[in-house]
Amino acid sequence: MSKKVNLTINGFPVEIETGKTILEAADSQGITIPTLCYHKDLCVAGNCRVCIVEVTGQKRLSAACATPCEEGMEILTNSLKVRNSRKHIIELLLTEHNADCTKCYRNGNCELQTLASEYKIMTQDFIELVPLKKYSIDAYSPSIMKDDSKCIRCQRCVRTCAELQGVNALTVAHKGDEMKITTFLEKHMRDVVCTNCGQCINHCPTGALVEKNYIEEVWEAIANPKKHVVVQTAPAVRVGLGEELGLPPGTRVTGKMVAALKRLGFDSVLDTDFTADLTIMEEGTELLTRLKKALVDKDETVDLPMATSCSPGWIKYIEHMYPEYLGNLSTCKSPQQMFGALAKTYYAKARNIEPDNIVSVSIMPCTAKKFEAWRPEMHDSGYRDVDYVLTTRELAILIKQAGLDFEKIEPVKYDRLMGDSTGAGVIFGATGGVMEAALRTVYEIVTGREVPFDNLDITPVRGMEGVREASIKIENPVEDWAFLDGVELKCAVAHGLVNAKTVMESVKSGKADYHFIEFMACPGGCLGGGGQPIPTNPEIRKKRAEAIYAEDSSLTIRKSHENPEVLKLYKDFLKEPLGEVSHHLLHTKYTKRQRY
Amino acid sequence: MQGVVERESFLSEHSMVEIAREIEIPAADVYGTATFYSFLETKPTGKFIIRVCKTITCAMKGKTQVLFAIQDMLKIKMGDTTPDKRFTLLETNCLGWCHKAPAMLVNDDVYTELTPEKVRDILTKYMDKNGNFHN
Amino acid sequence: MANSHQLKRVDFIFRNENDWEKILSNTIKKKPEELVNELMSSELKGRGGAGFPTGLKWKFTAEAKSEKKYVICNADEGEPGTFKDREILSRVPYKVLTAMAVCGYVTGANEGFIYLRGEYKFLQPELKKAIDEFEYYCNEIEFDFKISVFMGSGAYICGEETALMESMEGKRGEPRNKPPFPSESGYLGKPTVINNVETLVHTFTIFKYGAKKFYDLGVQYSRGTKLFSVSGDTPKPGIYELELGMSLQDFVYEFGDGDTKSVQVGGASGFLVPRKKFKDAAIGFKGKLRGISLPTGGSMMLFNSSRSMFNVLDNYLEFFREESCGQCTPCRVGCQQLLLGIKAVKRGDKPAAYLDKLIRLTETMQYTAKCGLGQSVANSFSSIVENFREEMIY
Repeated sequence: MSKKVNLTINGFPVEIETGKTILEAADSQGITIPTLCYHKDLCVAGNCRVCIVEVTGQKRLSAACATPCEEGMEILTNSLKVRNSRKHIIELLLTEHNADCTKCYRNGNCELQTLASEYKIMTQDFIELVPLKKYSIDAYSPSIMKDDSKCIRCQRCVRTCAELQGVNALTVAHKGDEMKITTFLEKHMRDVVCTNCGQCINHCPTGALVEKNYIEEVWEAIANPKKHVVVQTAPAVRVGLGEELGLPPGTRVTGKMVAALKRLGFDSVLDTDFTADLTIMEEGTELLTRLKKALVDKDETVDLPMATSCSPGWIKYIEHMYPEYLGNLSTCKSPQQMFGALAKTYYAKARNIEPDNIVSVSIMPCTAKKFEAWRPEMHDSGYRDVDYVLTTRELAILIKQAGLDFEKIEPVKYDRLMGDSTGAGVIFGATGGVMEAALRTVYEIVTGREVPFDNLDITPVRGMEGVREASIKIENPVEDWAFLDGVELKCAVAHGLVNAKTVMESVKSGKADYHFIEFMACPGGCLGGGGQPIPTNPEIRKKRAEAIYAEDSSLTIRKSHENPEVLKLYKDFLKEPLGEVSHHLLHTKYTKRQRY
Repeated sequence: MQGVVERESFLSEHSMVEIAREIEIPAADVYGTATFYSFLETKPTGKFIIRVCKTITCAMKGKTQVLFAIQDMLKIKMGDTTPDKRFTLLETNCLGWCHKAPAMLVNDDVYTELTPEKVRDILTKYMDKNGNFHN
Repeated sequence: MANSHQLKRVDFIFRNENDWEKILSNTIKKKPEELVNELMSSELKGRGGAGFPTGLKWKFTAEAKSEKKYVICNADEGEPGTFKDREILSRVPYKVLTAMAVCGYVTGANEGFIYLRGEYKFLQPELKKAIDEFEYYCNEIEFDFKISVFMGSGAYICGEETALMESMEGKRGEPRNKPPFPSESGYLGKPTVINNVETLVHTFTIFKYGAKKFYDLGVQYSRGTKLFSVSGDTPKPGIYELELGMSLQDFVYEFGDGDTKSVQVGGASGFLVPRKKFKDAAIGFKGKLRGISLPTGGSMMLFNSSRSMFNVLDNYLEFFREESCGQCTPCRVGCQQLLLGIKAVKRGDKPAAYLDKLIRLTETMQYTAKCGLGQSVANSFSSIVENFREEMIY
């Protein structure tokens, strides 16, 4: 039993564990104290001062987020002094903020706007500071736009980039009135170690950091009668989209989403899950090939552990931070890019459409996917494999613009040819999902039996622990894989780049003896991606994860190698995993980048 | 960082990256920290950095005239560096010589009770062709 | 003037008797508790400006449980109008070093730092020499205490104790949230005593002459002496050790030029007192002194009638706008608003009544800013605007 302290909030007694802050104590009583710099994912900064409260007997007000409760405290969260001061602070923030709300991408989902509206800041007596500063917008990155004129210096992005991601592309520079959030030497985001993960966007309370949107481009493509617009939807989008459209976190909206996409005018609505399954086929085979080389051929040059390559934020991270380990990355493209390459080859051929006339759009929970699609090496179809990447948030904007009542839409199924999905494909959306899907397939290929877990649920790789380890012992393999008999396949899963760093450091030091590691750039995996609905926090991500696993359980086929369309694809087009066509279309190489 | 500034008078991109590598911190944080401190310059400066105190007592006691004298003599404006990269002229906050105002620093050396005449003499010394008068 | 407290010059601090070795070896023969009690009974309060009882500070750190503790001497003297710490460190460095060592002995720290502001770099070589000699003596008497000098790099805010520690850790000098206080978690997260240079020298005085001698000087709540840095319109600028509790009237009589219009007590973060209030103002820590009692880090700036109070305030606000660390809203944005605001009123772009809105803003800054810098901007702002309103208006 932890110790408790007693205090009062607005006159009512509260008992709470020692060490809890005033903010947490108030929250336990159903009293919301407004915050801006505070975020549940991050360490406490205490710098915006919006959450100030009055502690009776003290002249100064205390920041509720940063002040621990003490025995006997009498706290007032809404005294006149608190209200007036808080109002002042909001007014001050507004003078520093380009409050051109109607023209802001975050209009309607901005914490500062909400606060200003709650406190009814109707007039602006103080002097506008924005016109006095030379602000410019950094829109050079294909993923992220940074507009300093909307920044309120809460430093949530800086803490996100450092604490959650261990990237530190963003920093605080200068002091006093010139203090600002910027990068090394104030370079463009494109030119620094930024991984494009977009977590800074998810944690930004205002419109200072937003995704680069391609909404108009997509509308134009849809409107062009010459173009055949195909759209793919990533696994995590179906458990996030609902939030942007008024549904509670964790609502599964797969069928509604497909229906909405059709009504928006996409010519074919297909599923990234399909190429997720394909990824498993390729990547699983690649893993087994590497293991064979290492164990049977005793080839010392084989790079193990093998690391997954689905997460473009992770890819950019390892390119910057651990370029010496690029050989350990699976050469598989991400499901998005596999889909893109196939859309303008296999699909085009099957449907008898000129690839030139296909516009390939993807809906992703991710901002790094925009950069990935933009990479010069992603043109293996002879065209740009994926033309436009929209985030979950952008899709919601399309749906709203089209005036679709999402609640009333009747669910429908994906279109054929690259629209089939298995449970294994779906769980790509959650941390550990790629690993679980891979194990379901690899184990069965090797042993001829299903993975020895109840209901195929490989629970050790599930959950929200930053780094998780699991191992599976291979016994009685089929003849082809006899050399794996008795081998303990050691796996690790890491999500959030700061955890990826931990794992990479242990690989680097030689402490880790894993064979296979799944890395996801974002906390919780793709379901917590930088393109997912705002806000994000541990509870929301947990709900989305539950939805992902519920989706998996609801499907009849739950193993990638049983996906009928994938089998057909191999039969008709690719012939075999790691075959020549695969090699050309589905695999890629990586670029060494600077760490500093 | 202070060491680098002492040797090279400012932190170049190269030296900031080196510092980051050396102590294993992000380059962005090196930059963020450097720009916090007024004595850590991240832009090229002259060999001698003149920092004239602009805080109240110095302002009252003729700082402006001293500044004019310096600007006139070196033919540069506030914040600029002479073309020969010898001097950079900056203003700074209280140097702690209010009883002997106005005051200025030339690198680490303090000069107080300045007048236009006095400041001209001082800078002449630093203008020594060999550049080895004060280092 | 019935209550007049005559100005009394004292000479403790700069009296150099070269007996620090004896004082050190004698003092560390006493029990730490005894020394803490000595300090408590002297009622010495911090001389950096905030006025926290020094004995209590040492006591808290002594009681904190940790293998490693630190003593820091705050020599980041940046308050406009103060220059006493530089004088102490250049004239009587051994007193400071001795006091640090005693503090280490009392609190259980064996390492000390002097955080010297970058502007005082020229002091470093002499100071290092003094430290070498000092450590040599410590070795001789087998007393384990090391002192090093940490150079600041030009940031006023680093005088704030937690910002100073951040700066020492190689980071941006941004103040931390308090609690935890340095006595619990200071430099590198270890319990740390951080004292101003002058405070440390006073402890030397106390350990040498006893608490009583110190306590007998000054007045209730404001015991002992204080160094004053006198500048501005005065025929006698310089540093003076004076007994606390004096009236500003007496001070101006001694140091004024006969035409003193106002005095800024405590630097840019202190208060401006106009001529008509000189006799009601006493210099000392908060307490039941008559009239207004003004705590101060010792900066006394005198202005005569030729000076524009608008210019003075403008200069202070520019100082704060630049020297704010920028992390918290009220200070970062507040300072900009105040500066722009008085200029707008002066130009006639804003009505005179806007000054009242700005005064209310300074109240908010006082209540809500994260550290002393933002909190104290209100002091100079409201005292100047309230007393010289006519000079602020177009």
